[in-house]
Amino acid sequence: MAGETILSVKDLRVRFRTLDGVVEAVKGINLHVDAGETVAVVGESGSGKSQTMMAAMSLLASNGEATGVVDYRGKNLLTLGKSELNKVRGRKISMIFQEPMTSLDPLYTIGNQLMEPIRKHRGLSGAEARAEALRLLELVKIPDPERRLKSYPHEMSGGQRQRVMIAMALANDPDILIADEPTTALDVTIQAQILMLLAELQRKLGMAIVFITHDLGIVRRFADRVYVMRYGEVVEEGKADELFANPQHDYTKMLLAAEPTGRKSAPADTAPILLEGRNVEVEFKIGGGFLSGPPMLLRAVDRISVTLKQCQTIGIVGESGSGKSTLGRALLRLLPSQGMIRFGDKDLSKADRAEMRPLRRELQLVFQDPFGSLSPRMTVGQIITEGLLVHEPSLSSKERDKRAVEALLEVGLSPDTRNRYPHEFSGGQRQRIAIARAMILKPKVVVLDEPTSALDRSVQKQIVELLRKLQADHDLSYLFISHDLAVVRAMSDYIIVMKQGKIVEEGPTEEIFGAPREAYTKTLMAAAIDETKFRLSA
Amino acid sequence: MFLYVFRRLLTAIPTMFVIVTLAFFLIRVAPGGPFNQERGLSPEIKANLEAQFGLNDPIWLQYVNYLNNLLHGNFGPSYNLPDFTVTELFANGLPISVQLGLSALVLALAVGTVLGIVAALNQNKLGDYSVIALATAGSTIPTFVIAPVIQLLFGLTWKLLPIGGWGDGAWINKIGPILTLSLPQIAIVARLMRGSMIESLRSNHIRTARALGLSDWSVVVKHALRGAVLPIVSYSGPAAAALLTGSIIVETIFAIPGIGRYFVDAALNRDYTLVMGTVVVIAMFTIAFNLIVDILYAFFDPRVRYD
Repeated sequence: MAGETILSVKDLRVRFRTLDGVVEAVKGINLHVDAGETVAVVGESGSGKSQTMMAAMSLLASNGEATGVVDYRGKNLLTLGKSELNKVRGRKISMIFQEPMTSLDPLYTIGNQLMEPIRKHRGLSGAEARAEALRLLELVKIPDPERRLKSYPHEMSGGQRQRVMIAMALANDPDILIADEPTTALDVTIQAQILMLLAELQRKLGMAIVFITHDLGIVRRFADRVYVMRYGEVVEEGKADELFANPQHDYTKMLLAAEPTGRKSAPADTAPILLEGRNVEVEFKIGGGFLSGPPMLLRAVDRISVTLKQCQTIGIVGESGSGKSTLGRALLRLLPSQGMIRFGDKDLSKADRAEMRPLRRELQLVFQDPFGSLSPRMTVGQIITEGLLVHEPSLSSKERDKRAVEALLEVGLSPDTRNRYPHEFSGGQRQRIAIARAMILKPKVVVLDEPTSALDRSVQKQIVELLRKLQADHDLSYLFISHDLAVVRAMSDYIIVMKQGKIVEEGPTEEIFGAPREAYTKTLMAAAIDETKFRLSA
Repeated sequence: MFLYVFRRLLTAIPTMFVIVTLAFFLIRVAPGGPFNQERGLSPEIKANLEAQFGLNDPIWLQYVNYLNNLLHGNFGPSYNLPDFTVTELFANGLPISVQLGLSALVLALAVGTVLGIVAALNQNKLGDYSVIALATAGSTIPTFVIAPVIQLLFGLTWKLLPIGGWGDGAWINKIGPILTLSLPQIAIVARLMRGSMIESLRSNHIRTARALGLSDWSVVVKHALRGAVLPIVSYSGPAAAALLTGSIIVETIFAIPGIGRYFVDAALNRDYTLVMGTVVVIAMFTIAFNLIVDILYAFFDPRVRYD
């Protein structure tokens, strides 16, 4: 069985008709998948890695068109008729996607959705299909499967939904499972569980897996063979071990070197305390209203104390819903909170809006989403100098422009960019603009809320280096909020681990990473930086 | 669910109260009264009439009396159609308007939904463009143009349909008015349906369904359509309330004895009780249909739960 090629892609081209003309997303690539092996297709956003597999499955958007050959056991999937194609899709080749939250139909129960492809492809009766669905839910280790058959997707967590997706994909015992960034949208501990589940199922069922991913960690731990893609072309391919040990192409080398490195040393003991929170508490009201009773209270941040010194970077890590962003915002008084917050010698917890305003220039914030956080109708120059209008109203427009030039140079952008609009820039450039907007005010404390999470690894590394340089040049203090432990480790000298609004553990970075005390921290660390291989070559 | 419906009905009471109060005083703020006609009545007769209908009482007493009557299901006499009480007028006219409105609504939902789906499945192709053209025409040509054109073509030229009249409810008399009422609604429903169906077809769970090798029928009907009808459900609530309470234009042009004419006629004539009656009926229909829509919503979308 092993070794036999079951899927081969020859000279595949994918074109999209767009308003700007025809865009070629995949430019004549060749690849193959053998029975039972694990292949990774690696690349950054826009490399064409997803479109390659979407084309193979005839799932391209309506303006897309694929040419070439996608040969599955002697059938060219690209020219197969709809009903013939549907005998392969979901039966011999199945697929799971990046977005577990939206990939299931919200209007039908899990059981209904699981049974549908089983009945379609195998012609089982309702009762047989139900028994089969139950078996599949047990296979993907969903607790209480009997009850879950009657659940709707919105009643389940992201990790559980991805398990259901896997169950659906495996329902008809496929030859090939295509996994398109299957864990990217999940928290790291859940990521590890899903990956382990996939490895285990592969051992049990023997299907080939194609991983489409940007995450080299996954490739290293899972793949037998790797294809590296860039700009719609395969630039390098080979056995995973060899490729990691001895990359040939410059792009592969760059990708491998893009893992964030370096460590931050702690500030001197004598460094003054800049920002301090004591027993900070944030509560959200949920529901409530006329005739429906009192609202529920959700304590998003539960009596947390933080002390940020000059030149210090505190990394706040935790999974989604842990309250880490809320804490960052509460400390800047962007959210109402209980408890004491001091900035220098000023008590922020009693300051009203007017008193806060002059302090805002020293307390800046950079957001995760470099696409949503810049106004699309303002030029870059207007965006970054807007704060100066408030905080230094006496500046002439000429002086403001000079400051804009300085700020752009400082974040590594050409000053010519200041008359252009945000949509003309890439994600990494936009994040630089967002940083320039904060830096132009010469702040003392910057809260960085997942500043690198939306970026490709290679761009991430540049932003990390920029943030480091700015910190050294201006004695900045950072509150670095992230779920990405590799980046946090490279950036911070002190770590706070949060879960459900509470601090689980805190301490100097090397202590937390080197010798975590709490069970939750250990799981988190194991999931993020453990390098053990899940699977050896078949 | 039961508790939710009960709560909604409970909140309808203050809503109705506010609407009735506002309407009662607003119509009385307008100059003139029910017996100030152009011909003019002699002062004695006018005084007599006003005394008989209690129009000389202080306004707060009139208000209290009206509310009291309303609570006992009594809308009062019509001032301008003295042979009838308001209740009788509605008893005669409302079934006619409801019949026409309901038929038009059902027709609009059926045809509009199908057209919308056809357009969405043929996005940016001929089928799509035809539906869009039809929908644009349907929503831009006013009913007071469509109705006479239908009378002219079907009634006068081809002699297929009667030109107007109710004909004691003969089905042939209903075709013209129903068509006129439904055409603009077909246009709106088709456009809404097209938009939401296109969005639905683009969603991730449709990609999943295709990747699982499900048939086109299952992908489109079972998975895309059910989510896509939700905006139509929302729209049909207020649309039903408007259609079922009659249209002055259609009822006037086709000489239909429905209640659509009453609102405008009554307001112009300062027929206080009839104005109030119309307001109450329209408000009740609106509240009822919005409630029905919300219940239907929970039926279509399991994420919506009322508890």
